[in-house]
Amino acid sequence: MGTPRARSEDDPVRDEAFRRELVVLIPHLRAFARTLCGDPTAADDLAQDAMMKAWDARASFEMGTNMKAWTFMILRNQFYSEKRRSWRQSQLDQEAAERTLVAVDDPEAPVALDELRQGLAMLPIEQREALVLVGAGGFAYEEAAAICECAVGTVKSRVSRARRALQGILESGAYTRDGSSAGEAMGSILAHAERLSQAK
Amino acid sequence: MSSRRSMIENQPMKRPRTSLPDLDEARLRQQAIGVRLRQMFDEVVNEPVPDEFLAILRKHDDERPEEA
Repeated sequence: MGTPRARSEDDPVRDEAFRRELVVLIPHLRAFARTLCGDPTAADDLAQDAMMKAWDARASFEMGTNMKAWTFMILRNQFYSEKRRSWRQSQLDQEAAERTLVAVDDPEAPVALDELRQGLAMLPIEQREALVLVGAGGFAYEEAAAICECAVGTVKSRVSRARRALQGILESGAYTRDGSSAGEAMGSILAHAERLSQAK
Repeated sequence: MSSRRSMIENQPMKRPRTSLPDLDEARLRQQAIGVRLRQMFDEVVNEPVPDEFLAILRKHDDERPEEA
């Protein structure tokens, strides 16, 4: 991420177009931050920092290119620069994820979603972000690779390892929450998918 | 958002699970996890954005030097 180049002059029209597009992306920045941080408050702080960094760097953004990928990259860089300052972060991630299990609207599957969150939090961060970008964020492998500043093949292998690991965690009950038996989360997730597919 | 398409939608799971070969079974489980993962992400996307975000952006905007 290059430092923002100061423009020689303000361009209010361009700024306004940039601002509108940035505002639309806020919910996505929040969601990505939540998967990185776990804790919703810390995640919103991160998303706000990323939003402001993006705004300040707007002169270096090429309008018409993928702003979502660009802002996700800023957010990710922000996350890692903060993480470097706090060696305990991964431990905090885990604790936060366990502390902030959010109640879910679907009464039939609250267990599985909580455990998916926990399972996700147990993955190595580079696998987690790759899986989230490709599996939930709607990014192509090439875009995810640009965001993570690594090779496309690396993203593919991280996503594939993340998927296997997550499935293993969910099926083995490695997240072990009181009362829930091994494999229960996977069963619930399968049942949910089946309901969705039948509803079509 | 083309890469967001659900594989579940393309491959309805109608066959009984027990008759599926292991490979299909594994794929089915992965699809199911994928659906949940997207749902988890979209849940946050669909939350109302806290006013704070827009307020910060607006405040920052106001603090900029006046435009000529």
